[in-house]
Amino acid sequence: MSDLLLDVSNLTAELGNSERPVRVCDGVGFSIRRGETLALLGESGCGKSMTALTLMRLLPLSGRITGGSVKLDDTELLDLTEREMRGVRGGRMAMIFQEPQTSLNPVLKVGDQIAEAVRLHQRLGKAEVAERVVELLRAVGIPDPARRAGEFPHQLSGGMKQRVMIAMALAGDPELLIADEPTTALDVTIQAQVLQLLKGLQAQTGMAVLLITHDLGVVAETADRLAVMYAGQIVEEASVDAFFAAPAHPYSRKLLESVPSAGKRRGELAVIPGRVPPLDQSFSGCRFADRCSQVMPACREAPIAWFQPNPGQQVRCLLWAEGPAHFRERNTSAVVGAVEPSLGSAQPETAAGALAAAGDTAKAKAKASGATRLEATAASAPARSSTEPAADRQTLLATAGLQVHFPIQRGLFRSTVGHVKAVDGVDLRLQAGQTLALVGESGCGKTTVGKAILRLELPTGGQVRYNGVDLASIRAGQMRRYRKDLQIIFQDPFASMNPRMLVGEIVGEGLQALGLEKGRAARRRRVAALLEQVGIGEQAMNRYPHEFSGGQRQRICIARALAVEPKLIVCDEPTSALDVSVQAQILNLLKRLQDELGLSYLFITHDISVVAYLAHEVAVMYLGRIVEQGAAAEVLDEPRHPYTRALLSAVPMMDKAERRQIIRLEGDMPSPAAPPTGCHFHPRCPQAIAECALAYPQPVQLSKTHSARCLRLEV
Amino acid sequence: MPVILITDALIFVLIAVGIGFGLYAARHEHLRGPWRQVGRSPVGVAALVVILFYVGIGLLDSLHFHPLIEPVAQTAPGAPADQSADGQMNGTAQQVAAESSTDQGAVGQGEAPGSRDPSAAAEPTYSTQIISVLDLWLSGLRERQEKTFSAPFATQLFVKEAIEQSDGSVIRGYPRLEHGGAHLDDPSQRGVDILLRGLFGMVKGLIAWAGLMLTLVAMLALRWRQTFNDSASAIWRGETEAPWRVALSVLALMLVLSFVAAELAASYHILGTDKVGEDVFYQSLKSIRTGLVIGTLTTLVMLPAAVILGIMAGYFGGRTDDVIQYLYTTLSSIPGVLLIAAAILMLQVYMTNNAEQFESLVERADLRLLFLCIILGVTSWTGLCRLLRGESLKLREADYVQAARSLGVRNSTVIGRHILPNVLHIVMITVVLDFSGLVLAEAVLSYVNIGVDPTMNSWGNMINSARLELARDPVVWWSLAAAFVFMFTLVLAANLLADVVRDAFDPRLRSAS
Repeated sequence: MSDLLLDVSNLTAELGNSERPVRVCDGVGFSIRRGETLALLGESGCGKSMTALTLMRLLPLSGRITGGSVKLDDTELLDLTEREMRGVRGGRMAMIFQEPQTSLNPVLKVGDQIAEAVRLHQRLGKAEVAERVVELLRAVGIPDPARRAGEFPHQLSGGMKQRVMIAMALAGDPELLIADEPTTALDVTIQAQVLQLLKGLQAQTGMAVLLITHDLGVVAETADRLAVMYAGQIVEEASVDAFFAAPAHPYSRKLLESVPSAGKRRGELAVIPGRVPPLDQSFSGCRFADRCSQVMPACREAPIAWFQPNPGQQVRCLLWAEGPAHFRERNTSAVVGAVEPSLGSAQPETAAGALAAAGDTAKAKAKASGATRLEATAASAPARSSTEPAADRQTLLATAGLQVHFPIQRGLFRSTVGHVKAVDGVDLRLQAGQTLALVGESGCGKTTVGKAILRLELPTGGQVRYNGVDLASIRAGQMRRYRKDLQIIFQDPFASMNPRMLVGEIVGEGLQALGLEKGRAARRRRVAALLEQVGIGEQAMNRYPHEFSGGQRQRICIARALAVEPKLIVCDEPTSALDVSVQAQILNLLKRLQDELGLSYLFITHDISVVAYLAHEVAVMYLGRIVEQGAAAEVLDEPRHPYTRALLSAVPMMDKAERRQIIRLEGDMPSPAAPPTGCHFHPRCPQAIAECALAYPQPVQLSKTHSARCLRLEV
Repeated sequence: MPVILITDALIFVLIAVGIGFGLYAARHEHLRGPWRQVGRSPVGVAALVVILFYVGIGLLDSLHFHPLIEPVAQTAPGAPADQSADGQMNGTAQQVAAESSTDQGAVGQGEAPGSRDPSAAAEPTYSTQIISVLDLWLSGLRERQEKTFSAPFATQLFVKEAIEQSDGSVIRGYPRLEHGGAHLDDPSQRGVDILLRGLFGMVKGLIAWAGLMLTLVAMLALRWRQTFNDSASAIWRGETEAPWRVALSVLALMLVLSFVAAELAASYHILGTDKVGEDVFYQSLKSIRTGLVIGTLTTLVMLPAAVILGIMAGYFGGRTDDVIQYLYTTLSSIPGVLLIAAAILMLQVYMTNNAEQFESLVERADLRLLFLCIILGVTSWTGLCRLLRGESLKLREADYVQAARSLGVRNSTVIGRHILPNVLHIVMITVVLDFSGLVLAEAVLSYVNIGVDPTMNSWGNMINSARLELARDPVVWWSLAAAFVFMFTLVLAANLLADVVRDAFDPRLRSAS
């Protein structure tokens, strides 16, 4: 029995008609040893998932494998009959998918669904099957497995469903588990649980894992080796340590540089211009050539061979053709200029901290632009480089005891039997020209806060004071006057634009509705200027949203919000649906707009790295209430509330030095319809004491700006 | 002198709406794309060609007028013969016609005598009877009435009668028809005659088709900037984007069928005659308009209510939603047939009591048809309303609607700009799907005598009157069969088209393909 479990070589698969096939994976080759975790990393549209489906021979109907070989141990999978292949699937190779909600049949009990998988691979009696189901559920860490086996999928939370999926995958004792973005749909604390579970299972059973992901942090924490995929091809293969120490391919480098973090907050993030090329063309040279900042004529001529910069690391890049590559650090703004009109000479600060001199100029620039902005807002605060928010800054927006309760109505006469307390007494303060990040897991009510501030949901209690006016209590008609000042950007760039309208109409809608620009010609001019401002270009006006990529759409949404010249923009997870390189473009844009226009952002997100990069202040929300808030540095570096600590510890980090011991939270967030008594967090809190269940703790002021609501805090 | 009945007016409105929508759709990719897809589907195109034939006949039958009565030669020697054109009506003529109709009070069928005033005879006079362009075109069929039943292509009556022989003796036998096959000296030559005439008709049809095809190909060649031969061969090999080959084949079939039918109908009753000797083929053709009117006007009637209420219920929610929901739940709980019966009976009573308000039977029948459309619309809008409510409920939470609200866009504008265009595909699918159901509903309702007026030609009435004759021996099957074939063809074509339209517009199906 050899050490090598899966050996894939030269695998090529196509989708669609044969005249213009979409070559989803093209000459893909890698191998996985027993017990090893290989991560397949890449942006969306690179063919990662399709590669996994090709391995399982589960391509969609229009797909076909045109060449190559997939050897599992000594079995050539591509030669098996469909009948034999069925035995391999689930038996020797199992797969879990991204979306646990849609992977389970909602009308069957989870126990039955797992039992089905068990019966397929083992001949067992009825009682033994039931036993095995419970055993599997226990193995994936589901508490009270016997009871859970009798429940339906809708009774389980997202994390539990993913565990059930893993249990099903384990039913056949697979040698290889293919996990296709297994944690992308989950919250960080749940993600940490699931990843830990996968690691534990791997140690126990010795199975190999092929982990498909776009999250560099997840790769760094869980994988042994990784393969970077770009446009249907593997461009770099390395051990995780070697990769994060020195990525060899320009694409990998850019990818790493574009991840936001606290260390990069003074400059712009690196961006990769353009987008992943469509796969229905035939490539001649390097597929990354069009987006590469160090492209050479030779890059476009012939297919690129593998080079070995280090033992255990190989890369498809001509830079390594003659010994170690020298990465020229060029002025990114020149490269990026076409898509990203950037702030003069601002430079990405590489993780290695290179280019100190250039960095200094960038800092100086940032200071200068900060100063001009402050003049514009007529405030006399210190320059932006300080993360400490100044107390004498003008408060733009403040909520006091903001509540949004949704009635639960039952019965014939719709009598109200209770309330879902989505937002239950939230106090926030947002200074002019600053960014307040509202952080929390899904279901904690952070989006509802954003909508309540804009009166898209009617607050049921509390105040929203904007420049001294309580927006929560004025009449709907009066609210129109303030619509101009408060705007929102949504998470999903595909759902946030009417597919039936032209981009020009979408962006101009606010101008028209609020009567800011009455003439048609004048409005078009304004829209054109706005589209230029966000880096789209005015030629986009006469096109439909579906013609644009996710990042471009998000820019258009930003232009729409900017059209009415708002003072405050609520950004509701504007980058969570985007790839990391595109996310960098949007974050850069938001930051530049803040500097130029003095905008304030209420940035709603669950992504801590974005918070670290962008926010001045952070508020952490749990089950409808703020548990901790303060300046970004205070909260992120010295979290005091146990929930904040757990949340931050669960974030996967690329840099080993920054990793913390993961504080594992038990269970899931309770329902906001019936929050626990006392401190909402106490049932899951590792430090809970009996008093926690009695009353909700009062805020404890830890510093001038930092406060948290926990009984265990000593001032 | 043209007459515009209420349903005619509504049909014109419908056509105007259709053209307007077509122009709107042509400028909006999200509507143009799916229709283009419909145009590329062979089944869709074939169904469209068949439906176009029906629509053509229906439209011809919707242009009504009072026919001119030929001036009797001796009363108006000076009257120029060409003054009979429709366009020449003037105030006096109208007045005369109006006078003549009031003179006679309630009018029935049959040619009315012209004005009795000899001084007005110089002016063209119009009959009070209302006929359509189709009637004019088919006047041969319309006027060649027999005494009673006769089978398709028969030369003799279906029932025995006492016939007086030339020698004065009377025998009971099947008398020769007055018109059907009257040109034959010997009825036994019928087969050859039919064959010859059929072939002749086929040749005429093919010639007509060839003419049409050549112009079409020439036009396409001009548009594609190709030579005539290239386009022709591309169409022949089926390489064009739109399935022109299929379209032309179906067109050929329909043209040959029509020409053969026309040729034979000139000398035979190709589908027989009914109880009063009227040509069944003529009745079937006249019924097309009734079917189309029911299928289309009903949707026109119900659309505003369904769309407005459905979207309002979904978008505003709360009280509005409650009220509208209760409204349609209540309405859809009332048995539809009962409601229709009550309404039609009420209308009948009203019309009998106020007979003087109606100038002619045609107008009466027309009003009843319209009323039937309205009442069918009232009972059928709830389904679409429910669909639209659900969809707008979903769209209300869509990010772009939220964004529009945060931009201060007014509710009416949000509905018009964001909700309506995004539910239009549902409306379109429902309208096309409902059409065939409504055509069939008319037949059923007329069968139980609460459908269209008995004097109006409709497939339902044909079936209703044929029902009793089925008990005869030998069976009188042709009325039923004719109604069945005509209705079946229309409904089948409409259903096929509906399938194609749904495939093209349904976003779920579109993403799957």
